[in-house]
Amino acid sequence: MSNAQQFDTRPAGEHASEIAVESPLAYSMHRSGAPKVKADTRVTLRERAFLGHLTLRGGAIVLDEALRDVLGMSLPGEPLGLVQASFDGPAGECSIQWLSPDEWLLIVPGGEEFDVERRLREALGDAHFAISNVSGGQTLLELKGEAAREVLMKSVAYDVHPRHFPVGKAVTTVFAKASVILRRPSEERWELVVRRSFADYTYRWLLDAGEEFGIGVER
Amino acid sequence: MFYIFCPYCGEHREEEEFHPKGQAHISRPADPEATSDEEWGDYLFFRDNPRGVHHELWVHAVGCRKFFNITRHTVSYEILEVYKMGEQPSITAEHYAAQQGAASADKERNASQAKHQEGVRA
Repeated sequence: MSNAQQFDTRPAGEHASEIAVESPLAYSMHRSGAPKVKADTRVTLRERAFLGHLTLRGGAIVLDEALRDVLGMSLPGEPLGLVQASFDGPAGECSIQWLSPDEWLLIVPGGEEFDVERRLREALGDAHFAISNVSGGQTLLELKGEAAREVLMKSVAYDVHPRHFPVGKAVTTVFAKASVILRRPSEERWELVVRRSFADYTYRWLLDAGEEFGIGVER
Repeated sequence: MFYIFCPYCGEHREEEEFHPKGQAHISRPADPEATSDEEWGDYLFFRDNPRGVHHELWVHAVGCRKFFNITRHTVSYEILEVYKMGEQPSITAEHYAAQQGAASADKERNASQAKHQEGVRA
């Protein structure tokens, strides 16, 4: 185990619940509003805040082994790959995506990232690697519905046609002059991982772009 | 707009995602102490500005954030080749000139043959 110091960014202890936690979009929803999902809504937007985001850097072989040991999932074999798996624990799923030849983004259910990081560090031992907890720096937006692709076509330069962007692909590209990680975990769902500092911009852009499709925000 | 193939992502992307970073294959003098002022000045400040084939360093800034090399023709803007860091270009100015020379010679030969054939037909 390396002697890197870890810091759990989530408050613990008996007073933890008294500390207010706000999602990156809390103020945006307050100021710009959140249109309700109506009968003619063709695309819905949902923020999945407070997930655990970890950036893994290092050699693919050692990271793949450690990931198999800790989470029972493997790194995507190809560039631009996205692998999803169920997370053994109380809540849900986790995913890992290719960001660059030596960098991957691991997203685990909120609150698990500290423990996962510790276990990965143990499994990696003295290997040459870096793990950064970037949970506070980015947030995940989810677009669903038949018009989700049309909203994206208005916003990104990247070709999002199903022939070019199949399920299980994830790219980093330009979204309305900001950068975004665009992922397609399933047939009807698109995920956007955006910087916290650009979350408000992205949210308001999406509301504007989705207006013609009657965009609704699930909360 | 360029449509650039990123050798790390393995697909073509819009130019908007990339930044040019100048001339490629500039190596720092191995022994700076023994380098003359003129050589050091050349290394720091002077860059080629060829009319024709040019090797350039680019970075996939919004994307995988990796640097790679592009061989580009500065007159036609045609991207002749893309290769990763540490690799050597397979298309160089001499190689390209030789290729073009061969191609134009071919064209001339074909043209003269065509004339000859027409002559026969007439």
